[in-house]
Amino acid sequence: MIRAACLLLALALPLAAEERRSGYDDMTPELQQMQDDEFSNPGMLWVGEGEALWSAPAGAGDKACADCHGDAGDSMAGTAARYPAWDDELAAPVDLSGRVNLCRRRHQQAEPLERESREMLALTTFLTFQSRGQPIAPPEDPRLDPWRAEGEALFGTRMGQLNLACAACHDDNAGGHLLAALIPEGHPTGYPQYRLEWQDMGSLQRRFGNCLFGVRAEPFAPGAREYIALELYLKQRAAGMAVEAPAIRP
Amino acid sequence: MTTMINVPETAAKGEIVEVKVLISHPMETGFRIGMDGARVPRDILHALVATYNGVEVYRVDIRPSVSANPFFAFHLRAEESGEVVIAWTNETGQTFAETRPITVT
Amino acid sequence: MIQKPPSRRTFLGMGLAAPLILKMSPALATPEEMQAAIATFTGGAPVTEGRVTLTIPLLVQNGNAVPLTVEAESPMTEADHVKTIGIFNEVNPLPETVYFHFTPASGIAKTQTRIRLNGDQFVHAVAQMSDGSFWSAKTNVIVTAPACREA
Repeated sequence: MIRAACLLLALALPLAAEERRSGYDDMTPELQQMQDDEFSNPGMLWVGEGEALWSAPAGAGDKACADCHGDAGDSMAGTAARYPAWDDELAAPVDLSGRVNLCRRRHQQAEPLERESREMLALTTFLTFQSRGQPIAPPEDPRLDPWRAEGEALFGTRMGQLNLACAACHDDNAGGHLLAALIPEGHPTGYPQYRLEWQDMGSLQRRFGNCLFGVRAEPFAPGAREYIALELYLKQRAAGMAVEAPAIRP
Repeated sequence: MTTMINVPETAAKGEIVEVKVLISHPMETGFRIGMDGARVPRDILHALVATYNGVEVYRVDIRPSVSANPFFAFHLRAEESGEVVIAWTNETGQTFAETRPITVT
Repeated sequence: MIQKPPSRRTFLGMGLAAPLILKMSPALATPEEMQAAIATFTGGAPVTEGRVTLTIPLLVQNGNAVPLTVEAESPMTEADHVKTIGIFNEVNPLPETVYFHFTPASGIAKTQTRIRLNGDQFVHAVAQMSDGSFWSAKTNVIVTAPACREA
């Protein structure tokens, strides 16, 4: 309780220097360089594929994303930085992958993409890349507040056979070690990210699944409200930190 | 397969320049045991060759210990304008190639 | 290539399984096998430590992609150049990691890649020169793994 209050206070005060640590800050210089160098970052392969998909007609509507949105460098700059965002029709927040599938259904008459499919990750990586370097900017939308509160509650809820809450590691023990691994603060600055452990690109929800496996809890279903709520809370917690996607992480 | 190749567009004669290649490939080692308990068969790239105006400048005998989505950086001495050809061979013996121009002044 | 996340039942069933269960491999190489592989490469010729710079992190956060840079000193002329640099390891299933071949047109015998390392081990770089001599460098790498993995 006191810790949560301190965290809120710390985020509310204007900081002269960024005190929060991204997972980037906890990586070795070699991995930092791998992330920074756009010619050697494997995530850039997905950015290239996403760029091609952006202009490829899809679905019965035979429309490409570009047909409505034009040049993603213009239309999508800063967009991913403010997701998840409210969708009026659903009367619920959606994350970026959810938005892609809504667009596909509503405007392209195309089948939804699986969240961890190559195509979805290519598109979301390409889209998030248009916000690379920009601060995470959660919308000041009061409709998102109850969801953020739900996410914060989940973050502090003990789960799994190991009976650990996210906060137990990522608030209380960030900077410490779990076996040989340094415990990060858990800011979602780099998603979709190329995790060396996966040898592949993956979404934040894939990473959540790993965390839940880590505490021996059953993961939520893909696209579950719990994941959206968690992401909303984490983005608020990370507000102002730079988008790093596509990030490299061990 | 998606590939990113960075050959400097221009170089001075005699300058040694760096070329970077990043290839999308799982580099399945053949040692992993899959979710069904059976070994996942090997599927790797086996060789990569770079030639500059027909002259070999770099060749790699790739083994399963090379990481997924392999990255290679190497060098060549710029002599004349022309092209750099990067070719690589996969598990089934198929060869893929990409060409990039280089202008040498 | 990467399998989709496992079903819930599988997840629960694996609840108590060791996280390394999917990473089991057959017999790992040994330092002796690595030395044998180096001897095959050199044809038994003597190897001198020097002229080779192997740059590889001493502590690695994930063994799936370890950045490696290797360079062998040489004028890279027709008369005197590096022909091949072989990278060898002690603990992966196969002792031969990768071979890089150069020519005088390379300009310098320097290359970078990313390799997999199965655990803590020495990594050796052995360079073959056009005059038939062999030179080497080695580094000990500690390989750690991240927490909270897929399965």
